[in-house]
Amino acid sequence: MEQKVKEPRYHIVKRADISGKEAWIIRVVAILSALLLCAIITMVCTGDNPISIFATIFKGAFGTQRKTWITLQYVAVLLIISLALTPAFKMQFWNVGGEGQVLMGGLAAATCMITLADKLPNAVVILLMIVTSILAGAIWGVIPALFKAMWNTNETLSTLMMNYIATQLVAYFTIVWEVPKGSGKIGIINQNSNVGWLPNVGNKYLLSIIVATVVTIGMMIYLKYTKHGYEIEVVGESQNTARYVGISVEKVIIRTMLLSGAICGLAGLLLVGGINHTITTTISDGQGFTGVMVSWLAKFNPIAMIFTSLLIIFMGRGASEISTAFELNQSFADILTGIILFFIIGCEFFIRYKIVVRKDLGKENA
Amino acid sequence: MENREVAILLRGITKSFGDVTANSNVNLDVYKGEILSLLGENGSGKTTLMNMLAGIYYPDAGQIIINGKEAVIRSPRDAFDLGIGMVHQHFKLIDVFNATENIILGLEGKLNIKEAEKRIKEICDKYGFEINTKKKIYDMSVSEKQTVEIVKVLYRGADILILDEPTAVLTPQETEKLFNVMRNMKHDGKSIVIITHKLNEVQSISDRVAVLRHGEFINDMKTSKTNAQEMTDMMVGHSVSLNIERPEPVDPKPRITVENLTVVDEEGLVKLDDVSFTANTGEILGIAGISGCGQKELLRAIAGLEIVKEGKITYIHQDGRTEELLGKSPREISELGVKLSFVPEDRLGMGLVGNMNLADNMMLRSYRNGKSRFFTEKKQPRELARKVVDKLQVATPSIDTPVRLLSGGNVQKVLVGREISSRPKVLLTAYAVRGLDISSSYQIYDLINQQKKRGAAVLFVGEDLDVLVELCDRILVLCGGKVTGIVDGRNTDKYTLGSMMTQKGEA
Amino acid sequence: MFSLVAFIPRAVQQGVPLLLGSTGETITEKSGNLNLGIPGVMYVGAISGVIGSFFYEQSVPSGQLNGFLAIFIPLICALIGSFLMGLLYCFLTVSLRANQNVTGLAMTTFGIGFGNFFGGSLIKLAGADVPSISLSATSAYFSKSLPFASKTGWFGKVFLSYGFLAYVAIIIALICAYVLKKTRVGLHLRAVGEDPAAADAAGIDVKKYKYVSTCLGCMIAGLGGLYYVMDYACGVWSNDAFGDRGWLAIALVIFTIWKPDIGILSSILFGGLYILYLYLPSGTHTEYKELYKMIPYIVTLVVLVITSMRNKKEDQPPKSLGTNYFREER
Repeated sequence: MEQKVKEPRYHIVKRADISGKEAWIIRVVAILSALLLCAIITMVCTGDNPISIFATIFKGAFGTQRKTWITLQYVAVLLIISLALTPAFKMQFWNVGGEGQVLMGGLAAATCMITLADKLPNAVVILLMIVTSILAGAIWGVIPALFKAMWNTNETLSTLMMNYIATQLVAYFTIVWEVPKGSGKIGIINQNSNVGWLPNVGNKYLLSIIVATVVTIGMMIYLKYTKHGYEIEVVGESQNTARYVGISVEKVIIRTMLLSGAICGLAGLLLVGGINHTITTTISDGQGFTGVMVSWLAKFNPIAMIFTSLLIIFMGRGASEISTAFELNQSFADILTGIILFFIIGCEFFIRYKIVVRKDLGKENA
Repeated sequence: MENREVAILLRGITKSFGDVTANSNVNLDVYKGEILSLLGENGSGKTTLMNMLAGIYYPDAGQIIINGKEAVIRSPRDAFDLGIGMVHQHFKLIDVFNATENIILGLEGKLNIKEAEKRIKEICDKYGFEINTKKKIYDMSVSEKQTVEIVKVLYRGADILILDEPTAVLTPQETEKLFNVMRNMKHDGKSIVIITHKLNEVQSISDRVAVLRHGEFINDMKTSKTNAQEMTDMMVGHSVSLNIERPEPVDPKPRITVENLTVVDEEGLVKLDDVSFTANTGEILGIAGISGCGQKELLRAIAGLEIVKEGKITYIHQDGRTEELLGKSPREISELGVKLSFVPEDRLGMGLVGNMNLADNMMLRSYRNGKSRFFTEKKQPRELARKVVDKLQVATPSIDTPVRLLSGGNVQKVLVGREISSRPKVLLTAYAVRGLDISSSYQIYDLINQQKKRGAAVLFVGEDLDVLVELCDRILVLCGGKVTGIVDGRNTDKYTLGSMMTQKGEA
Repeated sequence: MFSLVAFIPRAVQQGVPLLLGSTGETITEKSGNLNLGIPGVMYVGAISGVIGSFFYEQSVPSGQLNGFLAIFIPLICALIGSFLMGLLYCFLTVSLRANQNVTGLAMTTFGIGFGNFFGGSLIKLAGADVPSISLSATSAYFSKSLPFASKTGWFGKVFLSYGFLAYVAIIIALICAYVLKKTRVGLHLRAVGEDPAAADAAGIDVKKYKYVSTCLGCMIAGLGGLYYVMDYACGVWSNDAFGDRGWLAIALVIFTIWKPDIGILSSILFGGLYILYLYLPSGTHTEYKELYKMIPYIVTLVVLVITSMRNKKEDQPPKSLGTNYFREER
């Protein structure tokens, strides 16, 4: 037998534990390397030097006061959606249906704005918008949860399908209510009467930011200091343990998805009633999916999510500034965002595992 | 030593998982044409060591020499190529495949089911197995699955077979059948390693026995030249006279009565069959049986975790009021004021949450309490965690350490500490000392005895008959889900128990 | 009036990208990898083919395209582009054990961005006045129907009128079905997706199977993107035109309960549902066409729920779907 004995040069072992500081160093290194790669790619595409590229990115996000506000508003909405998904993820329920839940919230708000504008006073309309959009998001969230609780239906797949059902519903109503007929768009709703427009607080950007702040703090407290939050954590860690201490896993799944969907609905309300004053099928702009990444990258920590959502919006807006400045395509931003995401996703490996090179290497027969 | 060919030589094998060392500098020889028993207590590193031969784990250090050549076993495929096959305790079978598909899984060449079925039949005929090749695994009983696993190894023409506690799930008849097969294989010149902690099996089947203790190799010798006492000594390190304290029960009164309890699992197998008994206050009721004979289901049923087909479980309060527990969830049971604690077998998968710290794990039972309906109360669990760490001498960096980082004994102390902190009226324990070192085990016995003296009704499911005989006041013996008897712990011995455990009413 | 002979070819043309996408995703999922990056992969496949053919068309004087190269270059480009995407997914989820959902979604973001970026750049390079890029010469080769298609009446129209990739799609689906059901490789692949630990113990190289099936799956899905742009869209690339077909392909995987051969007819059904609105009686409000487009998703959801309700073991998603495998985990 000519069996070639080849020793594996390394093997992978799980880290017993890693300090928070080390973990963050690894993450920062990953982000920096990603930025470096992005800079190189941008240099190749534009021929400009990296410093001015980063200056342009920064200018895109924070160049003017208005840009800063818009950036913060974007962060706020993405943050709310990410926070909404978080309790579901903590319970190991892969809600990739944020997109649909946001759309349904938005659709409910738009429905109120369109159908009730000349029937009810503005305040009542807004109140109804709040209630119905939260309810619509919650319903859209709880349907897959019921399937999961009753028949253990794969939630990643069911929430995914719910997204497109919501998209088509919105598409349907867009044409029902299109203005003008044949345009395929609703246009700004109640442009003259402003009925159902959420009130400006300070300026038109601040409302979302305030809501996001409240939701962030609320979610942090909910997850960390409440009995519900504790139950979510136990269910996510081990359903066996949950049953052992008498937690009804099904009830927790349903309750948590009601909450998750409700907050997504709230994000839809802000998008329709507070920011765009219209509804389109693309109003959530893939943020239901981006939120999955934001939440996961932050390790489901609401405070860390502020930074991850800021990073993604910052890169997105910065990259679109580059595309404008250098006459590149707007989708350049998605490529850069993708690269950064890949690096951060990959770096988690080095936080959880370490590669051990075999010590007695070289002692072998050649 | 006879001059025989060596099949396996292990030299200086070391393997650790995180901070836990599973094997340290182990040397082991296996000869051709022999049956070697690898003996050791639970958690002594037998399975880990064999998994390194099977390619499941990779050693941190050390040499493996197979048939005189140094070997590197990086994967199960490497192991097969070297003629090593292992039947794992937890079967590695694909549920939705049938027997044939599982047996030929991983092999190369053109897929020819007919041909494969023919060969399987040949192997079965040769050794006297019975297999329905078309049957899906999810339709099979445990012993059928084991047969598939063994045939799978034989089909690959393995020269070295490793069987990890193969008899744990078998009836005595099935065990005898298996041993016959093993003897046949030995006569074919195959080497067989059988992992076990049952001394009678070591004596009846093996030529040699090797003993591991705490991950270290202790000794090996010819089975014919040793005896049970010597092997036990080597397993546990020193001569065992357990001397577990057994206080007299004080004023025992019925606390829980179980009547005609029958449990059928999802697959329609009868797990508990018409079980009736009474557990008294101030008394430890031991439950003995070969593993998988319904012990788990019995405790789960009392704790409100099992779907029960029929029967009654009645709880009797101090004042004589009775409460039917059946059909109630654990939460409803505790809301009735029935103080029931349960130390389950699966500590980190059920009793505790590995990723949570000590304090948060203390909350598992009590998080619903506290003034606020909505918020959790963190102070009391932290105090309790500190108390448990102090009183039970839990070795942990702090109460903020995730429990998965603690060693087995300390994990168990945390679990038991929490469960007895509520001053239970009923304490259910499953394999409470499994994998624990001697001193931790005694600490656990003490804690259980304290609960007994307090007046709790204790149900103690155990696997070590010596312990059952010395610790328990009465012992209920289960066999295949049926009660084969309830004996007085003071007037019995482990041989009586052993024979009761293996007498079966029906096949 | 509604004509079945006219309807079927259109349904098939809609169905082919879905079939390729779902066949690719099926063999990926059979290895336990839930690749939500398939929509991105299909974009990358499409744009890679477009880039290849764009530069080939540019480099050769018009009208002198070599038929073989005109097909070969975009084909190879599409395969390489989507292969690299598959490799990236495997590297992250299999080697680096990253979360599959997150990786997949990031790949979709990246892939769609990649497609639209290069699409946009080419459009600028071509200097056209419309925001699209037309490769009609290449497309002519791709959409060339079989001989006799026009001479055999309805038969030719229904069965012979498609470009070669449509037949390739069906053949691939049949091969995949055969491999999964009847061969050792298929048996091993299914084992990996069901229970990687058991497969590993049986000596199957789990990593290899995951890598190969996922990369192959991505390449097949990439062909779906290529078919869409070269054949269905007659060589016209415009940004975002591919739409949500990638997600529909994932839906189709569920609909077919992970069986590529069922996918052949199902994809035509989905394609038909997708364009059914075109056949609504005139005078119907146009909004209803949006509701019709919802049907594939609702049907898929219903199938998903019913299979989980019936709980028949053979019809479930691969058991380890979405989870990564690490041998020394304990």
